[in-house]
Amino acid sequence: MAYETIVEDGIDVLVVGAGLGGTGAAWEARFWGQDKKIVIAEKANIDRSGAVAQGLYAINCYMGTRWGENKPEDHVRYARTDLMGLVREDLLFDMARHVDSTVHQFEEWGLPIMKDPKTGRYLREGRWQIMIHGESYKPIVAEAAKKSADKVFNRICVTHLLMDDGKENRVAGAVGFNVRTGNYHVFKSKTVICGAGGASNIFKPRSVGEGSGRTWYAPWSSASAYGLMINAGAKMTQMENRIVLARFKDGYGPVGAYFLHLKTYTQNGLGQEFESTWFPELQKMVGKEYLDPEVSHLTHRPIPTCLRNHAMISEVNAGRGPIHMVTMKAFQDPHLEEVGWENFLGMTVGQAVLWAATDVDPKNENPELTTSEPYVMGSHATGSGAWCSGPEDISPPEYFWGYNRMTTIEGLFGAGDAVGGTPHAFSSGSFTEGRLAAKAACKYIDDGKAEGIVVSDEQIDRRRKEIYKPLEHYRIYRNAVVAGDVNPHYINPKQGLDRLQKLMDEYCGGVTVSYMTNEKLLSIGLKKLQIMEEDLQSLAAEDIHELLRAWELMHRHRAAECVTHHTLFRKETRWPGYYYRGDAMKLDDENWHVLTVSRRDPNNGEYTMEKAPCYHLVADEA
Amino acid sequence: MPTFVHMTRCDGCGHCVDICPSDIMHIDKTYRRAYNIEPSMCWECYSCVKACPQDAIDVRGYADFAPLGHSVRVKRDEQKGTIAWKIKFRNGTEKSFLSPITTKPWGTAIPKLADVPGPGKEMRDSQLLYNEPKYLRMDDGGLHTLESNGLKMTKGVVY
Repeated sequence: MAYETIVEDGIDVLVVGAGLGGTGAAWEARFWGQDKKIVIAEKANIDRSGAVAQGLYAINCYMGTRWGENKPEDHVRYARTDLMGLVREDLLFDMARHVDSTVHQFEEWGLPIMKDPKTGRYLREGRWQIMIHGESYKPIVAEAAKKSADKVFNRICVTHLLMDDGKENRVAGAVGFNVRTGNYHVFKSKTVICGAGGASNIFKPRSVGEGSGRTWYAPWSSASAYGLMINAGAKMTQMENRIVLARFKDGYGPVGAYFLHLKTYTQNGLGQEFESTWFPELQKMVGKEYLDPEVSHLTHRPIPTCLRNHAMISEVNAGRGPIHMVTMKAFQDPHLEEVGWENFLGMTVGQAVLWAATDVDPKNENPELTTSEPYVMGSHATGSGAWCSGPEDISPPEYFWGYNRMTTIEGLFGAGDAVGGTPHAFSSGSFTEGRLAAKAACKYIDDGKAEGIVVSDEQIDRRRKEIYKPLEHYRIYRNAVVAGDVNPHYINPKQGLDRLQKLMDEYCGGVTVSYMTNEKLLSIGLKKLQIMEEDLQSLAAEDIHELLRAWELMHRHRAAECVTHHTLFRKETRWPGYYYRGDAMKLDDENWHVLTVSRRDPNNGEYTMEKAPCYHLVADEA
Repeated sequence: MPTFVHMTRCDGCGHCVDICPSDIMHIDKTYRRAYNIEPSMCWECYSCVKACPQDAIDVRGYADFAPLGHSVRVKRDEQKGTIAWKIKFRNGTEKSFLSPITTKPWGTAIPKLADVPGPGKEMRDSQLLYNEPKYLRMDDGGLHTLESNGLKMTKGVVY
């Protein structure tokens, strides 16, 4: 094929994926590496890419230490409680102690942050959330990244990381193809900061047809953070910890501002409060330590997100649906009504489109809520991602190997969805993680750790052949049939995605089985994923656009496989409402108060699973 | 179909192709105008709608759950620093909203870090990031550490 090979050599810091994590990395890298070569490879256009492409109406992670509102350890405790005890508290503390400086920078850059007219402080939506007019959040941070980077390559689908042929387990850059020209791009780099996205669309969505694009997380979040790193042999953590979202039905419009700022609340189809009725039974499953409504009421400790989901799922299954958000009262106030609508227009326009189409005016009618299909990501109320080193002044020995946010592959760093164990980072925390990774990557280079990297032509040629294989396969076999997509020699990316979603749904705890799975089901799921991997060798792409979808599918498939291994490994139900292990329906602190860590051997595809200790931040009485 | 393109308004300039995060706005080879090639991968994010200089792109809600007869239109203006929305319901009700998108003249407020003095050794060896400690609290306060906050990391079950 006539596609050119374009080599970008001598890069110091390569940022793969420029969402909030990647833009933070590129921006900060220039400060620590004034003479370093900083390059961004982005799948779409950096001005509107990543999960924040559409905008945001809130920054969900801001401490407010300047006003004495919170301390970093308060946020760590919050994330710990919400995730049923299991988070990386070193990474969380580190993110939380820096995040305010990120937000103050955003304000200086022109991001409109709403102010409380009485106090002059940022307007709080909740304890951690501040409200913004964030339609241009992404273009603003993109401008910052562009000002720091030597080059920005838009429309590059990065398919693989390059590895050092001279030294085992050391990164050497990345390769991919240009989604417009089809050209093969090779980035040789001393360090790579993976800012690629989490996973939408690996579980069958509730919607059918067109509406399957109205995923909660962006449809272009194609699990590339995980696909790239798992394939390179990086250790992953908490991949079983998928998230299910309680959202406005079909449009998946956000509920945070509704609950916290507008003070709307939920009721069942009979108009009754239902949540608390499920708590006694739920308390037996998870223990009083994790669910104590009385203590929560007295201390304002939030009920974990998964447990609130559990109540909603159970109520619907008991036949008392649908669940409604009671908006009619709050929306009589014109100011609150405006906030309610602008909340959608700022970050989930599709929900406004849906209410307009169905004549739902929340002033006159209480809209329906539902629970979504599962998603795998690492920056919202869940923490899947790579097993990364923490900072030297905080991390215990098991969590520290030299460079902050470095994965278990030398020179490969993570930010945002790529980093495991750091839920509740959201946009500002992801940007902050990018900044931390950038500083560490520059230090890694300055310490001489990236000397003597060798990338063989063999590796570059091998990846090139692999990348274009679906185009080649299509060209060879398309004429075996008269016309159409039914061909015994191949499947196309859409057919593959349908298969992946169906099997993950049925065997790994998706929405059609009410998030239920067990050892037997997971084992069957793994077998099907393995057979699917064989079929992925026969994936066919008609054109460059389909080649993009083909590689997104391969990343999704790899992430799904890792999720299934982790779900099988953890023999307990840690997060009822996110998923259930039917064969181990209780939370089991004795055996499973640990972080799960996996590694896939790139040579034979075998997974090794291990338990890593869970450290907590406590008062030092000494 | 999520986004669609009005035949009479599109001039095939390609701004939507350039901006779409999902790579689904393409130019039709026969008509030389843009269209959505893969509606099931459209997030209704409105990036293309906002970028279109001809106001040629619109959104029709997802066919599997949104009835016809509605519209949500938008005008984003970087010069004025505002975004204006107009929602029209199926039953004819209309609502309009106007929000700021920036507080600074567009493209002027972000410094180039290549032009600021680089960090010294002491800062490199510290836990501080660019602009810290000042930007942490906008006063003289320092960075939180385990020591400053009286904390330690401990293994095992803590609630």
